[in-house]
Amino acid sequence: MSITEHDVNRIARLARIELSPEQSARAQHELNGILDLIAQLQAVDTSGIEPMAHPLSAHQDIHLRLRPDVAWPTHTEAERKALMANSPARHDSLFLVPTVIE
Amino acid sequence: MPLHNEFDSIASLREALRARRVSARELATSALEAAHARADLNAFLHIDADLTLAEADAADRLLEQGAQAPALAGVPIAHKDLFVTQGWRTTAASKMLAQYKSPFDATVVSRLQNAGAVSLGKLNCDEFAMGSGNENSAFGPARNPWDPDAVPGGSSGGSAAAVAAGLAMGATGTDTGGSVRQPSALCGVSGIKPTYGTVSRYGMIAYGSSLDQAGPIARHARDLLELLDPMSGFDPRDATSLEACDGQKNEPGRIHAQFVSAAREFDAAGSQPLKGLRIGVPGEFFGAGLAPDVATAVEAALATFESLGAERVAISLPRTELAIPTYYVIAPAEASSNLSRYDGVRYGHRAQQYSDLGEMTSRSRTEGFGPEVLRRIMVGTYVLSHGYYDAYYLQAQRVRRMIVNDFQQAFAGQCDVIMGPVTPTVAKRIGDNREDPVADWLADIYTLGVSLAGLPAMSVPCGFGGSGKPLPVGLQIIGNYFSEGRLLALADRFQQATDWHQRKPELA
Amino acid sequence: MEWEIVIGLETHTQLSTQSKIFSDSSTRFGAEPNTQANEVDMALPGSLPVLNKGAVERAIQFGLAVGAHVAPLSIFARKNYFYPDLPKNYQISQYEIPVVQGGSISFFVDGVEKTVNLTRAHLEEDAGKSLHEDFTGPHGESSTGIDLNRAGTPLLEIVSEPEMRSAAEAVAYARALHSLVVWLGICDGNMQEGSFRCDANVSVRPKGQKEFGTRSEIKNVNSFRFLERAILFEARRQIELIEDGGTVVQETRLYDADRDETRSMRSKEDAHDYRYFPDPDLPPLVIAPEWIEQVRAAMPELPRHKRERFEQALGLTAYDAAQLTMDRDTSDYFERTAAALPNGQAKLAANWVLGEVSAALNREEREIGACPVKPTALASLIARIIDGTISNKIAREVFAAMWSGEQGGDADAIIEARGLKQISDTGAIGAMIDEVLAANPAAVEEYRAGKQKAFNSLVGQVMKAAKGKANPQQVNDLLRQKLG
Repeated sequence: MSITEHDVNRIARLARIELSPEQSARAQHELNGILDLIAQLQAVDTSGIEPMAHPLSAHQDIHLRLRPDVAWPTHTEAERKALMANSPARHDSLFLVPTVIE
Repeated sequence: MPLHNEFDSIASLREALRARRVSARELATSALEAAHARADLNAFLHIDADLTLAEADAADRLLEQGAQAPALAGVPIAHKDLFVTQGWRTTAASKMLAQYKSPFDATVVSRLQNAGAVSLGKLNCDEFAMGSGNENSAFGPARNPWDPDAVPGGSSGGSAAAVAAGLAMGATGTDTGGSVRQPSALCGVSGIKPTYGTVSRYGMIAYGSSLDQAGPIARHARDLLELLDPMSGFDPRDATSLEACDGQKNEPGRIHAQFVSAAREFDAAGSQPLKGLRIGVPGEFFGAGLAPDVATAVEAALATFESLGAERVAISLPRTELAIPTYYVIAPAEASSNLSRYDGVRYGHRAQQYSDLGEMTSRSRTEGFGPEVLRRIMVGTYVLSHGYYDAYYLQAQRVRRMIVNDFQQAFAGQCDVIMGPVTPTVAKRIGDNREDPVADWLADIYTLGVSLAGLPAMSVPCGFGGSGKPLPVGLQIIGNYFSEGRLLALADRFQQATDWHQRKPELA
Repeated sequence: MEWEIVIGLETHTQLSTQSKIFSDSSTRFGAEPNTQANEVDMALPGSLPVLNKGAVERAIQFGLAVGAHVAPLSIFARKNYFYPDLPKNYQISQYEIPVVQGGSISFFVDGVEKTVNLTRAHLEEDAGKSLHEDFTGPHGESSTGIDLNRAGTPLLEIVSEPEMRSAAEAVAYARALHSLVVWLGICDGNMQEGSFRCDANVSVRPKGQKEFGTRSEIKNVNSFRFLERAILFEARRQIELIEDGGTVVQETRLYDADRDETRSMRSKEDAHDYRYFPDPDLPPLVIAPEWIEQVRAAMPELPRHKRERFEQALGLTAYDAAQLTMDRDTSDYFERTAAALPNGQAKLAANWVLGEVSAALNREEREIGACPVKPTALASLIARIIDGTISNKIAREVFAAMWSGEQGGDADAIIEARGLKQISDTGAIGAMIDEVLAANPAAVEEYRAGKQKAFNSLVGQVMKAAKGKANPQQVNDLLRQKLG
């Protein structure tokens, strides 16, 4: 299973990464090398084995802990500003992005 | 030479602080000077004397009040720049976050702060924790204090370098595939990655969520204990944080109690303190890829353990090599999703030139991320994408379970701990072999399985190797779930019988 | 060619929790932009999600109410796509194993009962809001404002099987679902505020064909009226397209209410590869049977159980029972009225609630909670019909007077004041009948000749003479008697 230029472009688009033609070619080469490494997994017989998402789930019962439904009060201006202090573009209390036409 | 280096442990420093023979401010001032003097190591990314001295003064105030002062009051430490901090910037060593200031502190940071520790600043690392040489930092590589042309390891390279150069008494790191253990080994210091879920991930910039775990780096096991115990404990803000560890509450004190209990056990056994301990040594860790100088140092360490009464048992971890593709499917997959939030909208780098939202996002990300990060995002996106999810991601999670089972089998009947090398070679030269990213990945062979299994593991210095300047070698000690206290006690016993951890690089 | 329309609905209901699904920010509507979004909602580096128990509880309630299987173990998954109102650029949702599986909703369309099966219902987080006013960005570019207050609001996405066959059915289903979630109190149902949003999957196929046609998805319709129009337009569009030789493309469309048409959504045109995978930050959600029982015990009587009880114990028709159980306020009102009446008179109460009361409320656009005639007052009025004091017709007059507050809304006082008591004295009625018979010999002859209409006209005359106040039953009986 080998990665084509088309694949690279598709992945880059999905990941919102912009590659120049040279970068794209290099990425294709590197990804194919990585695929060779990863391909070893295909050969492993995993019939009857369940995927494991949490590393300790075989050792003890891991289930989702729930939080009580209690709300933090609406933020003050100061709190809002602190949380938005790193935003590159703002208008009053809104984040700004270039408009998307729907 | 910073003042804190006159004390060979946090415990003795604490005693001096409480006796007011030295003040937190003096320690902090001296440490800041030393950090500036060793700017050549590029271990630190952000230093802010005002913030540090404010913490030192607060510690001094507590120390004035006497015995009530918290355990780490005045002790100078530093944080890997992957933990968000309110005062200092947090960049994850990336252009993407070059100017980012977090409005909240990571749990690990606030716990150590509450314990009185004084932060000297933020430490260099591989960008978003992706790398094993600290060469993937947007702010230049960190350097190995033993040989400035050598890598300190990664991703917590700055942390290990700072401790090895005596710039901090301890440092926090993060370990996803070996990123605390490996730099500790390459820099000749001690580091530990605890059981997954025992230390909160809240405020730790996410890379591979099911693998990431914070851990301290320090000069020896006792100091690791001093840092790990207050760092640990259940955190309600992290849903993967555990409330209990095999029936014991996950809270500060647990690891300490376990250490004390194990140490007592060893003391009571007399001249053969480790009698009855079975050390599993996996054949797969001593294959063709292991450099002879590393093998020699590790073998010598194992012999030391045997001389302390332990029994060496040959075991097999048959899927050791398979851990590499398994990890390099799962970690990039999780990372590709974790890093999607970096889009220049709410924070972080935003491109200057763009004609629409799509371009703004793509350009911001491509400009902000370094090549290794982009590479892993691409791999991760690929293995999760339609048509490949089953063959790659699910398959990797199945193999992961098999790897977990391999370890459990070993611990169930054959051994109490597992030991072996941390890395196949000593530190490589900065700049070497940068064209083949996969070669670096292959060098993670001994540490990845542990991460996949969520087991606790540590690295302790056990010798030197290398063909030019002597470069440190680390011994990896792997325990079963929740045995970090016991591991530290074992390491401590080794460090009572050896002096590798006391060696220091020649200072310029 | 006869066409069949196939419709499935996906409904996003905002759950009525105090805090968001994965953060403790408030869910209160209408706050200043970005004042109800914390570091988790803004996806700041290092933030992590923690699940709200209240959201799960509401999902369990819903599952029980529709007779679904509540999964003992379900998984949260990341749905990965980039959008500025989605702070993490992935949505935490549920994919392969949702919390609620199966279930069904029953409702009436044109007097006929229909049941639509549900595929599933799952928990997920809502996105923020884009404000498309014309802002200017840092380089002078036209910009959109993003408000993340809504980001992280808990949603229960309810997916129906594609079993609806007309826009009317789809709307009836949506209304029934809306009633149910409001009844349970798990959603406030405020469609203007976006608490209840329907996506309609619409396709057409030749009648009799087994395979489904290609479907298009109409997103985010937030009124029942628009839902109906959107489906009608889309079905017609697809049919015309196919009849003209074209093929329907699977796509997402928006309904434009101003133009009454659906439009393709350009920005969502990308073939979406969501790369779902279990969220490593959230271990599996386990729901123990004990918890389900606790929730079941604390739930209000479900509409369908009330319906059954109204039919069986109170003798109402299926249709009336369904109407009375559309919302809790109406069913409460009805039950309290019926309870204040002697046994066996529930039907009368039903007629009045669904008839006069409903009409009056609609005229004044009032909710039943604001009805000026309380259940006990209505019951006292109905009691006067039962005991013969007034006729049904006169009662309507009294009701109107009660509504406007005459005599303090007291039925008896109004009857007294207006002299509306029914004449039930057989003597008096007999006298009136004699007079009418004497005055209408022709009608009498016609009746004797077999013309039933003549009887009714005589009754009418008697009622006129009595100014409507004669007991109709007695008039009937006595008249028949006298006519022989």
